[in-house]
Amino acid sequence: MRLEFTDEEQVFREEVRRFLREQLSSDISDKVLNGYELGREDHVMWQRRLHERGWGGMGWPVEFGGPGWNSVQQYIFEEESALAGAPRLIPFGTKMVAPVIMAFGSVAQQRRFLPKISSGAEWWCQGYSEPGAGSDLASLKTRAVRDGDHYVVDGQKTWNTLGQYADWIFCLVRTDPHAKQQSGISFLLIDMKSPGITVRPIMLLDGGHEVNEIWFENVRVPVDNRIGEENRGWTYAKFLLGHERTNIAGIGIAKRELARLKRIAACEYQHGRPLREDPLFAAQIAQVEVDLWALEITNLRVLSAQRQSPSTGPEASILKIKGTEIHQSISELLMRAVGPYALPLRREAMEAGWQFDPTRESPGPRYASTLASSYFNQRKLSIFGGSNEIQKNIIAKMIVGL
Amino acid sequence: MNFEFSEEQRQLHDVVERYLSEQYGFARYKTIKGSAEGWDPSVWRGLADLGVLAITVPAAQGGLGFGPLETLAMMGDCGRTLLLEPVLSSAVIATAVLRAFAGEQQAGALLMRMAIGEEIAALAHFESGARFESQWVTTRASRRDDGYVLDGHKGVVMHAGAADTLLVSARTAGQVGDVRGVSLFMVPSAAPGLVMDIYPTVDGQRAADVYLQAVELPESSRLGAEGEALGAVEGALDIGLAALCADAVGVMQAMVDATIEYVRVRHQFGQPIGRFQALQHRIADMQIHLEQARSMSYLAALRCTDEDVRERRRALSAAKAVLGQAARFIGQQSVQLHGGMGMTDELKVSHWFKRLTAAQLMFGDSDSHLQRYASLTPA
Repeated sequence: MRLEFTDEEQVFREEVRRFLREQLSSDISDKVLNGYELGREDHVMWQRRLHERGWGGMGWPVEFGGPGWNSVQQYIFEEESALAGAPRLIPFGTKMVAPVIMAFGSVAQQRRFLPKISSGAEWWCQGYSEPGAGSDLASLKTRAVRDGDHYVVDGQKTWNTLGQYADWIFCLVRTDPHAKQQSGISFLLIDMKSPGITVRPIMLLDGGHEVNEIWFENVRVPVDNRIGEENRGWTYAKFLLGHERTNIAGIGIAKRELARLKRIAACEYQHGRPLREDPLFAAQIAQVEVDLWALEITNLRVLSAQRQSPSTGPEASILKIKGTEIHQSISELLMRAVGPYALPLRREAMEAGWQFDPTRESPGPRYASTLASSYFNQRKLSIFGGSNEIQKNIIAKMIVGL
Repeated sequence: MNFEFSEEQRQLHDVVERYLSEQYGFARYKTIKGSAEGWDPSVWRGLADLGVLAITVPAAQGGLGFGPLETLAMMGDCGRTLLLEPVLSSAVIATAVLRAFAGEQQAGALLMRMAIGEEIAALAHFESGARFESQWVTTRASRRDDGYVLDGHKGVVMHAGAADTLLVSARTAGQVGDVRGVSLFMVPSAAPGLVMDIYPTVDGQRAADVYLQAVELPESSRLGAEGEALGAVEGALDIGLAALCADAVGVMQAMVDATIEYVRVRHQFGQPIGRFQALQHRIADMQIHLEQARSMSYLAALRCTDEDVRERRRALSAAKAVLGQAARFIGQQSVQLHGGMGMTDELKVSHWFKRLTAAQLMFGDSDSHLQRYASLTPA
């Protein structure tokens, strides 16, 4: 038993670091490291850089144009990327639909879609949840009725993350209304430019627009855009959800944000001393730090087991719950660290380019401007991707066997 | 021992509840929140007509002469309806400051105008380096001729933009952190040299950072004896803290109610999600937090004017510590149990959540009050 990565893995880590040093521009990493919003272009540009290096399809096998990394290499890549302040990978193309296309898609679909996912030329979004089908996804109602070489799709999807940027959406639709819930579902790839699609923004509590409702009215989708067999979509959907959960703990991001918390707590003063030295606050930082350390090792144990078999088991639920709790704790401590200066809400101060009036220090330190909004936003973590309550059900059933 | 509201307090509560329920719906709140000023003078007039702004103004200044229990009785509905108007800042805190000097001509006259809604005042005390320490005052008031000149910076002054008069604390003697040497001044918000940087707060209220550059004031603008004002400021902040607790309990009650309603109507897996025991227990925990918080809001109201400063602070710190923890749990879990909907701007839940979060950060967070409580409590 040993904790260290192998020599080859260390060499790989150095290679990733070198790439990040050479390719990651400071205007992007500044945004990420300081919690400012990234635009579509930032993500697309970064995806292009990765693609040029041959890393666009990060978790993909070589035969599909990926670098052929194992799960440990993917973990190292994501950790180093997060620490360096690279944009998080938008998972819907590379990590979600691509593995489904590789495993179950036709050769034509693989040729048509995979290269443009890798290069960032096409942006994908997810069409799973519906207003009445969240935790209970299999109760989804969006219909697809066969009409010659097409399906006609009607219904509504919701919580489509960054759907406003999407060129394509992968959708779960009901093709057999009479079958048992899970067995009447198909998996369709739908061009967002199709007539009959309407995207409506959902404004979130932090004022941000990152999710949407998508309405389908008589949307004609070629049958060729169906993945695999009709009515087998639930199988593909479950496969996809398994892939969504690799690196779900976000260890690298948590480490980066923890370091930021410590920096800020060193700059904030209470009773004339840095907040970092306040025993109560220091203990709370320590608590989240030891939780993170434990989770890192748990995550490495899962990865180590995956060297043998690449599938993600129910233990991903442990990573999801604990990971999201840690992210939420850090975001809460960050907000609390700045005390009353978490209160001002200045949209303009959340933009990377905004300049302070140098004659004033108002309102509060520059780093304070995004912290409350980020705390509010991070509440989503325990809700999406299978709520933490659902994850506990999975642990109780699949791991514990109750 | 008796935890009933008096008939009079109940009536006051009913009047405020009816007015806000009728006049301050979610749509109205959103309109006001999105407006340039962030508060609505017609609502302010309505509150004045009901007597809400006169509740704690002494009878001699045309007020009702009531105290913290009457404030407690009406604040919950201000929280529940997400009231953005400066009731807490002006009708509770600034009024409490001025009441300490009600015998002085200028303070008395201002109180009279505040009681009928003609003027709004706000206490500008905390500074950017102060965090939650009330004696942290660096703003200076220097003697000049027959008056003073003020220089300094006050941070996150709630409702400063709505105020006609700011009650500004400044050092006339001593060093940062000294209890003595703090004086208090009535400063017209239009005074030359006073600049406000006004912004919304995360919960849609308004606040400002206030910059004072060579603001000249006459001697008569000083409230009370020179260098002896910190006690009055702290007394008013304690009264404000008790009122904030009551506001937060109103929000928490509304969130618990909304969550119970939601888990009854939201169906997944063929049944209302409220049938799942895991969620029932969560809501039971929310209810426990709510009742603990309500108890402490009573304690805060009953003790916030205690002459024994040590006992008063001990009780208020205990109250704010418990309140903050309850606000955190209820706020977070209410959003969680609403699922994605709880994250949206569309539902009231997220707005209550932000108001509770702001309440956690105001007047000292739970941790700072726990520490103060420990330091005030004999081992």
